[in-house]
Amino acid sequence: MSARAGWPLYEVFVRGKRGLNHVHVGSLHAPDDEMAVHAARDVYTRRNEGVSIWVVRADAITASSPDEKDPMFAPSGDKVYRHPTFYEIPADVPHI
Amino acid sequence: MHEETVYDALDTTHGGGGQWAFGTGFDDPLAGVELTVPDGVDPADLGAYCLMLGDDALVLAQRLTEWITAAPELEEEVAFGNTALDLLGQARLLLTRAGSVGVLGRSRSTATDSIPDEDALACFRDPDEFRCTGLVAAGNGDFAQTMVRLLAASTVRLAVFARLRASRDPVLAAVAAKGVHELAYHRDHAARWVLRLGDGTPESHRRAQAGVDAVWPHLADLFTATDVEARLAAAGVAVDPAGVGDEVHDVLTTVLTRATLRVPGRPADVVPRGRTGGHGPELSALLTTLQGLARRHPAATW
Repeated sequence: MSARAGWPLYEVFVRGKRGLNHVHVGSLHAPDDEMAVHAARDVYTRRNEGVSIWVVRADAITASSPDEKDPMFAPSGDKVYRHPTFYEIPADVPHI
Repeated sequence: MHEETVYDALDTTHGGGGQWAFGTGFDDPLAGVELTVPDGVDPADLGAYCLMLGDDALVLAQRLTEWITAAPELEEEVAFGNTALDLLGQARLLLTRAGSVGVLGRSRSTATDSIPDEDALACFRDPDEFRCTGLVAAGNGDFAQTMVRLLAASTVRLAVFARLRASRDPVLAAVAAKGVHELAYHRDHAARWVLRLGDGTPESHRRAQAGVDAVWPHLADLFTATDVEARLAAAGVAVDPAGVGDEVHDVLTTVLTRATLRVPGRPADVVPRGRTGGHGPELSALLTTLQGLARRHPAATW
């Protein structure tokens, strides 16, 4: 049982049929990287969702801390001029 | 803001009906396929052959389903479920084909008329009417033995289906064309586990070797054609199992050797038992579970 508890946690990213980028869909435990891809296929794409899978060990992700939320993100909250909403977008430019 | 989930695309491919939970974008493997029996082929032979391939899938699916709620890991339990459902899908197409060419016999007289052919064949045949091999009927054993058996069974079936894509029977060819992708994944998944268990800890190696030794004798029963298979192979409809034995043993030897497992000697081919209805008590026990509900409540729907 202890060996099972030792399986590392992986985060799973799937690109859907019409998706442009991989999207986080959940997490799972697996004994190694290759088996994590298989497990992700079996757990997260069994309803025909995906065409590509990324997995990454959760402990390889460096995340921002919830405690730092305000210093990290509040400063950008009042700077509307950073949004490119003042440009005319040509009709034939997709994916914006 | 661009909020995307992989499920959005599913919903739009399905007309936005919000039915993505049931899956979308599925293909009907028999769409546009000609259903008439090819010239010169006895429908009874074709039906019997469909039962052989269909019963292998049905029985192995049931064996894998026995791991549901009992698998060592949640992720692997879902994998067992997926594999079983792939095989069940193959079984449904093959049993339906068998029913359509007239093999129902006793099972139709036992089942109520409202039951589809595939269900009558799955749930209202007795063990001696099943045509699966001993390889799939045998009990699971532990996780390692289950994976060794899945490796062997999917290697055999993939070798057969790869050839069956060229069958003169368009239904068998279509079922095989769909199945090879599923079976390639099953074989790959099982092989990865056999590699890890064989070349893992002393305990996993011991169990994997015991699994190999338990599964191997069943390979004797697989590679001699029955009369039905011989006639259909000559007609370009079926695959002669004698033609896949070398490939199967090469694949299995490659995987086991890499997994540091000892490869038992190739068992001498024997006259097929399972293909002609000769089964042990393990199949009867499996069918009691598989068929119990349908037989007790033959008109039930859900």
